[in-house]
Amino acid sequence: MRLVRTDFTVDQVIEKRTQLLNELFEEVPSGVGKGGITKLSKEELLELLEKGSEWSLERGYGTKEDLETTEEMGRMKSADPKMVSEKALARGKPQLGTLGAGNHFLEIQKVDEIYDEAAAEIFGLEKGKVSVMIHCGSRGLGHQVASDYIEQMEKKYGFSHLPDRELVNAPLNSELGQRYFKAMCAGMNYAFANRQMIVHWVRASFRKVMGTDEGMRQVYDVCHNIAKIEKHNVDGELKTLCVHRKGATRAFGPGHEETPERYRKIGQPVLIPGSMGTASYVLVGTKKAGEISFSSSAHGAGRELSRTAAIRQFRGETVAKELLSQGIEVKAASWKGIAEEAVPSYKDIDEVIKATVNSGIGKVVAKLKPLGVVKG
Amino acid sequence: MEKKYEFLDHTADAKFRAYGKSLEEAFVNAAAALTGIMFDAEKVEAKTNKSIQVEAGDLKSLLVAFLGEFVYLLDAEGFILKKVVSLTINKKGSGYRLAAVAKGDRYSDKNEVLGDVKAVTYAEMEIKEEKGKCWVQVVVDI
Repeated sequence: MRLVRTDFTVDQVIEKRTQLLNELFEEVPSGVGKGGITKLSKEELLELLEKGSEWSLERGYGTKEDLETTEEMGRMKSADPKMVSEKALARGKPQLGTLGAGNHFLEIQKVDEIYDEAAAEIFGLEKGKVSVMIHCGSRGLGHQVASDYIEQMEKKYGFSHLPDRELVNAPLNSELGQRYFKAMCAGMNYAFANRQMIVHWVRASFRKVMGTDEGMRQVYDVCHNIAKIEKHNVDGELKTLCVHRKGATRAFGPGHEETPERYRKIGQPVLIPGSMGTASYVLVGTKKAGEISFSSSAHGAGRELSRTAAIRQFRGETVAKELLSQGIEVKAASWKGIAEEAVPSYKDIDEVIKATVNSGIGKVVAKLKPLGVVKG
Repeated sequence: MEKKYEFLDHTADAKFRAYGKSLEEAFVNAAAALTGIMFDAEKVEAKTNKSIQVEAGDLKSLLVAFLGEFVYLLDAEGFILKKVVSLTINKKGSGYRLAAVAKGDRYSDKNEVLGDVKAVTYAEMEIKEEKGKCWVQVVVDI
């Protein structure tokens, strides 16, 4: 998940919105089936899996400042590309620089409401201005890593004692557990590098259509659906833990050493996307999250309706028309993709945010409303 | 004609049940359901052949590995499946061996992508084998 702030006003962007979306759609392909624009050698991919965002930066994608506002500076040092199978590499090679499909998106948003002036100012968010949100991950490579290690863990540790075969596991400090961890970190690096390239093309698209990309500064980039080694207080004792965040994202409170320096005083930015037609929120992590949720928060609205049910109920064309009447323009690779992501398919994001705030694991900073959406 | 497969409701992912007179036929129809999530299979041409060979310790892993091959072939080689034309499952040691021939095409812009299957999972997986009536249930991550 990545968020970029801009100096553009809503009016400026709406005037050129169609052009902008077309440009973004061209520059950032969904990559399903045909892959991305970049032709990668295996050696380059291995280097990318080791270096993450640094790899992209070395090739001219983005700025050093982007890395400073990326979790782990965009590079998981524990990554070991040798732990990634040939199959996973083959899936990852053509997909670099692509968005993917499903719930992945690229969104032009309006900063609709500010709830915490001080934090918003530090994050660079201003009411009435435009922001850009990017949601995509490690693509097929990450999924293949998971499939490969599920198979190996089943063979080594068995699954007959588990209520669900998907819960197969290995002790973290076993040889297999460590190999998987290092491969997963390589997957994170792929995601970091990918979003780093995409943010570059987002800037290029704005430069082409709006004449400038000045002020397009990255607010933050943070992973979800990953496991991380972190220190947490357990019954008054500081312990090193492996925190699994599935359906969750990290939410460090004020003063955490892993939060970028510019945000350390107030806490880590937490990015929670909603559905296409509603809103996304920027929160800030709290001390309480450290006490009750191992510094974790929800990572999105969550689906309420199955994709099949959504397709039965909604037509992509109609959904797109309705969204346009609400001021949201959508450009997608397939109509079916739009139907699947129709607003009623998701839980009410406002309720999700309310629950998050009421439980104390996050403080709301800003509400972002979509103006334009690119879907793979 | 009896239905080959049907989609069932699943909140976050795609779930289907594929039928067949034999286990082999149910596997063939599961591949048809899978490609139905990704493309309009009717429009896919049968230009190239792919032979698939997978081995696994049990039938569920065999199905995961078999369907996983098509997810892999799409991402890595741009191969889109039209249909599986032959398929055999044999016992091998304590496990199983599957050999199949699939027909399809290389992805091009004329093939609209309907959905991107990222992984085949064990979630809610079921394989029912009765004489003359089999079905398999699969949830794929999309």
